Amino acid sequence: MSATSWAWLVLLFPLLGSITIALGFRRTSWRFAGIVGTGAIALAFVCGIAALITLLGESPDARHHTSALWEYASVASLQIKLGIYVDPLSVFMILVVSGVSTLIHLYSFGYMQSDEGYHRFFSYLNFFVFSMLLLVLAGNFVLLIVGWAFVGFASYALISFWYRRTTATRAGIKAFVINVVGDIGLVLAAFLIFQQLGTFEYTEVFAKAPQVFHTNEWTVTAICLLLLVGAFAKSAQLPLHTWLPDAMEGPTPVSSLIHAATMVTAGVYLIARTHVLFVLAPTAADIAAFGGLATLLVAATIALVMTDLKRAIAYSTMSQIGYMIVGVSIGAYSAGLFHLMTHAFFKALLFMAAGSIIAAMANEQNIDKMSGFGKAMRFTSVTMLCGGLALAAFPFTAGFFSKDEILAYASARGGMYLIFTILGYFGALLTAIYTFRLIFRVLGGKPCAEAQELIDTGHGAHAEAPFNPATGETEDTDIGFPGAVHHFAEGSPPMKVAMGILAFLALFAGFIQVPGVDETITHFLDPVFADSPLAAIHPTTSASWFGLLIGGLISVAGVGIAYLLYVARPDTPRRLQERFAAVHTFLYNKWYFDEAIDILVVRPALAVGRFADNVFERIVIDGAITGGTEETVGRAGVIVRTFQNGIVRTYGLFLVFGAVGLALYFLIQQS
Amino acid sequence: MEAVLFFIAAIGATVGAIGVVAARNPFYSVLALIAHLFSLAVLFLLLTSAFVAAAQVVVYAGAVMVLYVFVVAYVGSAQEPRWDPVPGQRLFAGLLAFFLFVEISAAVLSSGLRALGTHGPDVPAGFGDPAAIGTLLLEKFLVPFEATSVLLLIAAVGAIVLAARRRESINRERPLGEGVASR
Amino acid sequence: MNIDWYIVLSALLFTIGAIGILVRRSPMVILLCLELMLNAGNLALVAFSREVGNGQGQVFALVVMVIAACEVVVGLGLIVAIFRRRLPLDVDDLRELRG
Repeated sequence: MSATSWAWLVLLFPLLGSITIALGFRRTSWRFAGIVGTGAIALAFVCGIAALITLLGESPDARHHTSALWEYASVASLQIKLGIYVDPLSVFMILVVSGVSTLIHLYSFGYMQSDEGYHRFFSYLNFFVFSMLLLVLAGNFVLLIVGWAFVGFASYALISFWYRRTTATRAGIKAFVINVVGDIGLVLAAFLIFQQLGTFEYTEVFAKAPQVFHTNEWTVTAICLLLLVGAFAKSAQLPLHTWLPDAMEGPTPVSSLIHAATMVTAGVYLIARTHVLFVLAPTAADIAAFGGLATLLVAATIALVMTDLKRAIAYSTMSQIGYMIVGVSIGAYSAGLFHLMTHAFFKALLFMAAGSIIAAMANEQNIDKMSGFGKAMRFTSVTMLCGGLALAAFPFTAGFFSKDEILAYASARGGMYLIFTILGYFGALLTAIYTFRLIFRVLGGKPCAEAQELIDTGHGAHAEAPFNPATGETEDTDIGFPGAVHHFAEGSPPMKVAMGILAFLALFAGFIQVPGVDETITHFLDPVFADSPLAAIHPTTSASWFGLLIGGLISVAGVGIAYLLYVARPDTPRRLQERFAAVHTFLYNKWYFDEAIDILVVRPALAVGRFADNVFERIVIDGAITGGTEETVGRAGVIVRTFQNGIVRTYGLFLVFGAVGLALYFLIQQS
Repeated sequence: MEAVLFFIAAIGATVGAIGVVAARNPFYSVLALIAHLFSLAVLFLLLTSAFVAAAQVVVYAGAVMVLYVFVVAYVGSAQEPRWDPVPGQRLFAGLLAFFLFVEISAAVLSSGLRALGTHGPDVPAGFGDPAAIGTLLLEKFLVPFEATSVLLLIAAVGAIVLAARRRESINRERPLGEGVASR
Repeated sequence: MNIDWYIVLSALLFTIGAIGILVRRSPMVILLCLELMLNAGNLALVAFSREVGNGQGQVFALVVMVIAACEVVVGLGLIVAIFRRRLPLDVDDLRELRG
């Protein structure tokens, strides 16, 4: 079978899975939903492997295929096909997405077991994977937008999964609205592309673009900036990032899949896919890179003071995606995508571990209340440690190789781009600190009450009444809220399997891309990026290893500082907080971004709406136009009513009057 | 001679009409109408329509007016009050009727029918005789003739139904004050 | 006399009848005025019959007479019924059908 046929199958299985689970939700058991859901994605992964093998069997230059099912629209010069584009980049993304998704489905099989909405969860999750694969496989901008929008919807549906929680629904709406802002950018970019180049198909666009556009011409810069709006919204970069921390209202598998491994990487994929355009608009590419850098640093600083476990990990995601955006914007395409892959592994793992701990804490998410789980939950803490080491880029973990490769490339490019290297290392230091802050606080120290209970009895703690971790208000355990029983890894084999595989990958997946040794990913993705002059820039092996050395030192230093602050001298954080209270407040309030957006965007919009309602709607339309008409008709009616006095003789008078008039008319006519 | 008869009959008809409209007592109106009908019969004769004139006297003045007299006698002749409750009714009625008259006259007199200005064409001897009318009724206008008979039957039945005493209202004597409209 | 005199006379009688209907309040008299109008019509019909020269107008006039008779019968029946129910015989007071 050809690679495109396998690709169609990759798309088909999750869609079928979603529909099957959705249709049979009343009559099938929860096990059915879980098995079908996980199996569908596993099948997609297998087909992805098959596509990879088929692709590898061809010569590197021939590894790009398009395939169209049918034509959407064929109007005048507009040709839109339901077509996919299979090349190393899309196959890479398929494997990452479906692989990590399979493991997360496996995790959810155990984690969501007591939830009343189990079928709905798996249906939505499968639909999400389908949309993400559609986004990645799309062969033209229209289908990309379709996948983009579907992914946004799936994210909304899953964030608001516990729909009776007001905080969850509000978070879902916030995510959706900000995503729509991104969608607008993307759609406008697509329109501009069509207007300038006359086509939506990737192959044609990327072939024509270098011929039609001059470097830094305003049109291509505009297109790239609009694409950036879309990418930044989806990947939660500054300033469109405020939805990601709130998106943690969704169940942990959702956070793990969508907001760590897959959906938020869509922006990175977009920039990588349209790299031809970004090469033609270096200004836009630089703006993207600086945007990523800014996000990287801001998010890292916020993560230093976050007390909600999931939100801290969310800010970490934001920061790491900043690295990826920097990577693909400055030309380190394969490095950026490699970091995407490794990040998917260790971030998904971290979320899974966090979910396990939160379950053991009876849904409490505040790390101030957690400690000592290292002794209480061995498996979870070991895997969490693996993920943390990878995130902190500890030597020879996966994150070590991927993150430092980006920074080495930046220094190889030289000039202005050394800023990225220096600040990137600084961000790595912060990353190591905040990662191990979490690990030392949650896993180390004396066991808290819940951990103690786990050690003593072997099963998890239960709160007296189920409550919303964000606001503290009580809930029940019926549909729309989390279930009664919280499942953690130690008690659930599927969760253990998933976390174990990811831990292994987080530690050892880096070895497929060792500079100067194998570099499989770079070689695999080479044909895709061969047309970019930036891909020719290559750090020397010695420079790469030097960068790795520095990165390793920084990582160890970060772990050491965290150890100092949170284990050796636990008093220090509190004293620092008192001394730098203003800074702490600023960071704790997330740099006041939410408030800024409220003042700059939300309030003016509401004011416009209120004006439209009070003035325009009430006075002009209701008052003058409809009210005026109504009044006129009413008055006319009153006048006419006086003629209806019920007396026959009056009616006779009108009759004669009419006859007289008519006769007069005919007389005049005749003469 | 013919003109004199015409004027006498015309004046009689007009006076009778005005009498119908103007008389306060309905009985006097009926009498005025009878006079009017006789004048009209004379006019018909002047127009060589003998049968119609005879029918006018026998049917109209004879039967229909007698019916009127009976009903007036039964109902009683109450006088109408002078004052008209609807403002402007009398004024406008007069005005409009006058206009109507003017218009119809204008329409007729200015029409292109040449024969209107003459006595009319010469007619055969039996014009307007019962024989002529009868022939027409039974040959050309048979269907209208039959339909009119049916109409008469329906009218007679209808009148009886309308004016009949209800059987129940005799047995159930409703006390005065309920369902009685006061003046 | 020329035929147009008869027509004008017919018009005059018709309008007198119209005035009567619009002005009088007793149903009896209104019916009588109705008779006036019908007779005016009859006069016009017969005049035209003479003017055209065939008897069709006269047959029409006879039919009108019959119809007038029927209508009078029904009308008077109504008046008797109204009188029997002790309602006022005044068209201004009989207006329950007002919409």
